Amino acid sequence: MSVLVFLIPIALFLGGVGLSAFFWALKSGQFDDPKGDAERILLDDDLEMGD
Amino acid sequence: MTAAAIPAEIGCPSGLEPPADGAIIDPAPFVRRANGLARLDLAVFGAKCAGCIRKIEGAMTALPEMQSARLNLSTGRLSLVWTDGAFSPRHIAERLDRIGYRAAPFDPEATEKESDAEGRRLLRALAVAGFATANVMLLSISVWAGGGEMGPATRELLHWVSAVIAIPAALYSGRTFFASAFRALKHGRANMDVPISLGVILALAISVYEFIQGGAHTYFDAAVMLLFFLLIGRFLDHRLRLRARAAARDLLALQAVTASRINADGTLSSVSARDIAPGDKLLLAPGDRAPVDGIIEEGESSLDMSLVTGESAPMRQGVGALLHAGVLNLTARLVMQATKTADASLVADLTRLIEAGEQSKSRYIKLADRAAALYVPVVHTLALGTFLGWFFVMDAGLRVSVMNAAALLIITCPCALGLAAPAVQVVATGRLFRSGVLVKSGDALERLAEVDTIVFDKTGTLTFGRPRLVNRDQIGAETLAAAASLARISRHPLSRAIVAEAGAGRAAADAAETPGDGIEASIEGVGAKLGRADFVGAKSSDDALQESWFRLGDADPVCFRFEDRQRADAAETVRRLGQIGLTVEMLSGDRCAAAEKVAADLGISVWRSGMSPRAKTIHLDKLRADGAKVAMVGDGLNDAPSLAAAYASLSPGTAADASQAAADFVYQGDGLAPIVEAILVARASRRRVLENFLFATIYNAFAMPLAAMGMVTPLIAAIAMSGSSMIVTLNALRLSGRRRG
Repeated sequence: MSVLVFLIPIALFLGGVGLSAFFWALKSGQFDDPKGDAERILLDDDLEMGD
Repeated sequence: MTAAAIPAEIGCPSGLEPPADGAIIDPAPFVRRANGLARLDLAVFGAKCAGCIRKIEGAMTALPEMQSARLNLSTGRLSLVWTDGAFSPRHIAERLDRIGYRAAPFDPEATEKESDAEGRRLLRALAVAGFATANVMLLSISVWAGGGEMGPATRELLHWVSAVIAIPAALYSGRTFFASAFRALKHGRANMDVPISLGVILALAISVYEFIQGGAHTYFDAAVMLLFFLLIGRFLDHRLRLRARAAARDLLALQAVTASRINADGTLSSVSARDIAPGDKLLLAPGDRAPVDGIIEEGESSLDMSLVTGESAPMRQGVGALLHAGVLNLTARLVMQATKTADASLVADLTRLIEAGEQSKSRYIKLADRAAALYVPVVHTLALGTFLGWFFVMDAGLRVSVMNAAALLIITCPCALGLAAPAVQVVATGRLFRSGVLVKSGDALERLAEVDTIVFDKTGTLTFGRPRLVNRDQIGAETLAAAASLARISRHPLSRAIVAEAGAGRAAADAAETPGDGIEASIEGVGAKLGRADFVGAKSSDDALQESWFRLGDADPVCFRFEDRQRADAAETVRRLGQIGLTVEMLSGDRCAAAEKVAADLGISVWRSGMSPRAKTIHLDKLRADGAKVAMVGDGLNDAPSLAAAYASLSPGTAADASQAAADFVYQGDGLAPIVEAILVARASRRRVLENFLFATIYNAFAMPLAAMGMVTPLIAAIAMSGSSMIVTLNALRLSGRRRG
């Protein structure tokens, strides 16, 4: 059973990574404009046309 | 880099959305200035696709000294930042107007309020509760499964870890419920959040006590799981309400009308509509709406009165003509003299009628709240009874008595009740959205399900409400394409009708419009004209307003005739509405003869004509007094008060903004079939909600006695809670698949 001493912290740490990744995504505006982000990928304005 | 050329075609390039009708609101009073930068937030209407983002952001960044321009497609918000003083804010509105989108500025105050802080808090709480539920459940299952094999030391370790996760998580994600319960108790009332908060706090407290005593049973998992399920329901409900609020907010933005006042010394200043006094002289450029009632002093122009009268054909008016607030100037510059203030104008009257109607609507009590009103006292009484019974009658001691009472509160906690209505409404809303119906609020679905009478407006609802080409078969395909290439640059309703018939294509490169006459361009080197009969050199017939002429070089002029037609499936829809048990009526502001013909064609026996907006609401009030629950379908601004006053209301996607804002449902497309669909889905979802309540009641009828007898272990509580929530959700999902609920 002593393996639990490692396993539980590891499991919690991984879950915590997921949770903080979600918080980060929420804070950095990833969910602000889902529709616009889906459409924006079709635009290629960011490519240098070199005129 | 060359500056991006502004495309000649107006509106959404995908053709998903017709171009805006071109009212310009000067955003100058709404610009916020700080540190030499000017900021402005605009609500942009009609943006639908990547092409729209490119057009709008391209047109904005082409303005000098524009620092950032970003369009949020989900909310329709355009945020602009530029160096203050580089250009007049009116250029922004004019430029958006030129590429075919309408924009309304946001009040800085409204902008602050609008950021969805509540939604974010719920989402964070939901994430924390989800994290805690998953991890604590993992540990709890080990404890339950470990049974006899697990040593007390290991069990204690697992409980200890659970407590460290569950207590902070529950306190964090439960704040919404605790705060609401506390507010309710302070006012001497009890809402759904009181038993929830009590259950969660008791569960945590008892678990801590048990775990210190070295007991086997803790409820850490139940406390966080309960919060997790309830937060899902809260979050779904919040999103539905947010959408309804956004629609109302857009209407508010549109009412922030500004105008150009001509001062005594001849200079122009931009003023908000509220500051206009009777006697002021105002300049109305093509594309402007009259901000207040007044009379024309200079100029002659075509006017679009549809917002006020519902009449779609444009009228030509000159000096001395009366202008109602909301009338759109289509073609030439006008100078008008205000005769009333904004508050006394017709539009303000209609707004007040709308507000009155909405107040009566807000008295509706949601099904879930009605269920909660029954549920809360019963549960509290039973929990108290359990405690007293165990403590005094069974003499079981404080620990066991509190434990059993808490178990009852936990197991009867309204997970299923909290999810029952939102889950069904989200599924129903999603299904209607796919059929082209936008649902503004969850309780709108509940109200629509109860409706027994449906009242239609005529123009724009049963008919198209805008001119449609009727002599398509007399016109060659090439002629139509050529005429459409001219018509694409114009906002005149007849031009738009030609474009609608011709479909997507390019605008003629050198097309130019002469206000009030028509459009000129050259097609492959030959001069072409589209417009009034005398403009192209043809002989006009009697009905000059409903026709348009096209001439290519010296060829014979071709006549395009237009008419407002009934919608193709109007008769079928009226018949089906009758079949599903609704009484159909028609109210029209139009002349008696026109209304009679439509009513006869569609088989509507009850109809009235010549109704004013107030007469319509009075008629609806009378129907309500007779005990009918009325759904109103209408599109004009003149219908908006009756839409707000009706028990439930629908309006087509082409309707005036005020009507769309007042209606509970907005349906897209040329047909009326979505109305029948909406009613059937509303009825089906009401059935689902009631089924869910019935299920929750049955479940509680079994769970409560077990809990009161002290036979509920944490394992049983966990299975019962997640099981009932899942059944309720699955029952809601049944709505999405089949054609008929």
